[in-house]
Amino acid sequence: MDLQILWFVLIAVLWSAYFLLEGFDFGVGMLLPFLPKDERERGQMFQTIGPVWDGNEVWLVIAGGATFAAFPAWYGTMFSGFYLALLLVLFFLIIRVVSFEWRDKSESPRWRTAWMWANAVGSFGASLIWGVGLSNLLYGVPINSSGDFSGTFWDLFSGYTVLGGVTIVALFAFHGSTFLTLRTTGDLCERAAATARRLSVVAALIVAAFLSWTVAVAVDRNDKDVFPPILPAALGIAAVALAVLFVLGRRSGWAFVMTALATVLWVAAIFTSLYPRVMVSSTDFANSLTVDSASSAHYALAVMSVVAAIFLPLVLLYQGWTYHVFRARVRGDEVEAPPLAPTAGGAG
Amino acid sequence: MPLTLGLGPIVAIFQTLWHRTGQEQWLRLTRFFGTLLLINFAIGVATGLVQEFEFGMNWSVYSRFVGNVFGAPLAVEGLAAFALESTFFGLWIFGWNRLSPRLHLATLWIAVLGTWLSGYFILVANSWMQHPVGYKIVDGEAQLTSVWALLSNDFALRAYLHTMLAGLIFGSIVVLGVCCWHFLRGDEVDLFRKAAKVALIVAVPVTALQLVVGNRFGEAVTSAQSMKIAASEAQWNTCQPCGFSLFQIGGFTKDDQTPSFSITIPRLLSYMATGSFDGQVQGLTPLQKQEQRKYGRDNYMPNIRVIYWSMRVMAFAGVLMFLVAALGAWLYWKKKLERARWFHWTALVAIALPYIAATAGWILTEMGRQPWIVQGLLKTSEANSPNVSTTWLGISLGVFIALYITLGVVDFVLMRRYARPDRPTPKEELPEPAVTY
Repeated sequence: MDLQILWFVLIAVLWSAYFLLEGFDFGVGMLLPFLPKDERERGQMFQTIGPVWDGNEVWLVIAGGATFAAFPAWYGTMFSGFYLALLLVLFFLIIRVVSFEWRDKSESPRWRTAWMWANAVGSFGASLIWGVGLSNLLYGVPINSSGDFSGTFWDLFSGYTVLGGVTIVALFAFHGSTFLTLRTTGDLCERAAATARRLSVVAALIVAAFLSWTVAVAVDRNDKDVFPPILPAALGIAAVALAVLFVLGRRSGWAFVMTALATVLWVAAIFTSLYPRVMVSSTDFANSLTVDSASSAHYALAVMSVVAAIFLPLVLLYQGWTYHVFRARVRGDEVEAPPLAPTAGGAG
Repeated sequence: MPLTLGLGPIVAIFQTLWHRTGQEQWLRLTRFFGTLLLINFAIGVATGLVQEFEFGMNWSVYSRFVGNVFGAPLAVEGLAAFALESTFFGLWIFGWNRLSPRLHLATLWIAVLGTWLSGYFILVANSWMQHPVGYKIVDGEAQLTSVWALLSNDFALRAYLHTMLAGLIFGSIVVLGVCCWHFLRGDEVDLFRKAAKVALIVAVPVTALQLVVGNRFGEAVTSAQSMKIAASEAQWNTCQPCGFSLFQIGGFTKDDQTPSFSITIPRLLSYMATGSFDGQVQGLTPLQKQEQRKYGRDNYMPNIRVIYWSMRVMAFAGVLMFLVAALGAWLYWKKKLERARWFHWTALVAIALPYIAATAGWILTEMGRQPWIVQGLLKTSEANSPNVSTTWLGISLGVFIALYITLGVVDFVLMRRYARPDRPTPKEELPEPAVTY
């Protein structure tokens, strides 16, 4: 198999993993100001994602590193072109990262509220920008003949790309609420389920609109046929529709599976519509970056493929184990009074 | 980040001792220093992301030029090391009651392994910028030709050893300082004597070894980057044998090459740079001529004054830390450690030394390479993103400086609060600190 195509697919998979996993912890973050009644419930929500958010964020680092190594030209153009956007993402991610570790280091309510908001704003902002950013790869940005971004920050905003951002915010909030329904107990769990029901229809409609538009953009602006982009788009719409049905039917496990699938298919729709290009140029289509022109040489890709073949399964394995270890629902009383001694006993 | 590299193993040692002996004191020390570790780890995660993004954002030409070679170790770092440390730190923080003690201990050691692996791949990437190996230039881009050459780059291995030792020094000097702070206030003296012992056992051999390793690393620099060594010694003319200048006033510019005052140890520079007391060290002026013949007209000398002093600051701080560690060990041996107030103050102040040494070391490494971004292949002035204007660079630099200062201050305040003697380490707060809401 052609290694360039393999790495294009792999980068799509890495983004999917990132969206799928960080998607729900961003969602939980966005719901922080609205869902909990008191400080204890906030602690409960923080604890549902506390052990895993850092592992989730790793997928972004890997996706970024893989792009750098496998497609240096894509990496250079995208990161320098989306300059301000990425600056904002970094800002949002940083305040969010430290909010996890620093929030519980003081008893002051103002300190805690401030970090709670930092987490919420960070989650919202980063989701929005990722949505806008990835849809811009397909929608096209001004790229000159030397492969450099030649537009401004405002060129990143069009009806389609803004909808892309809104879609990701809505989808992540929905995904986060189905996650919370699975991971909490009692009153908080019920409110999470109610929120999921309220969000479901809105999120589904936005996702359906965006994915349909994506197929149209692929045809109009990226010289694609309707097939194959229609495939992930249609499946994505089906997944989010099923998510609505499961949420309304109170099948929370299946609902989470469907919001997860919808998230993955959102990414799949973008990347399927992109191929064989990796960044579309809106000024002169010929300046678009392609899988061929942006990739590293064969040897580097081969080395990376071996590394990925060894380590990707390993990472999946131990991250899967982490989720297994922390599979128990987070109860409110657990948060209030931490147990006295680190007792022995097996996982779970 | 270097603090995480060194504090990680020390906390892991505490927990291992608790596991082995069952003494509750070790558990309390694990908790106490574990909290400091995590406060600091948060910063490391945040700034690590910035570093990865920053290459593409500000250095797009560089990214395209080197991505083939330089990107690989970064990607491997994410996949093989960063994933490990992030996932397993999460398990360790939240796993106190969910994992068996043995497994829980293992998660910490695995996370520590992750940080050490991570350091290796980062230094492989950085060392390639100092001493490029295993590549060829095709169509104006560097292409990887041998991954083994890249991974076993002599420069990288020496830099790695040097950096990891620096990490351990960092960890042990900080732990020692915190312990002495507690001695000073007479707080939990028995508990912190145990921690101080571990810190000293680490610090004494490691600070001593670092003086040797730093030296050997210097030799690698001499062969890969003669200009850097000449600049760090403000050595204008080729000399043989060469004396090591401890201190000098003036002598930092082309028009003023002879210092008006200096203290020099004969032959020491020859030894440090080449491993022989008769070794030849090339001077700035001949090197500049040589480079001009090779690469065309330009200034190939970094800022001599900055490089000279960062080298001195790093080396002096290194020697001072060794003295502090040795003194501490002697006092401990004489059973006077918890009473020697003058030493407590010294050790407390010494916490600043590893920060100063590491910063000076990186200034030396990075600024000493100028005008190159990749030694001999690409100049810094040609590597930036052409489409990113100076205004935006200024804005982003400003944002990050403001953000880092804020984070640094909060980090310091939190570390201080959690390391403070009058903050009791109450037993009821012991387990599961991360769970308290």
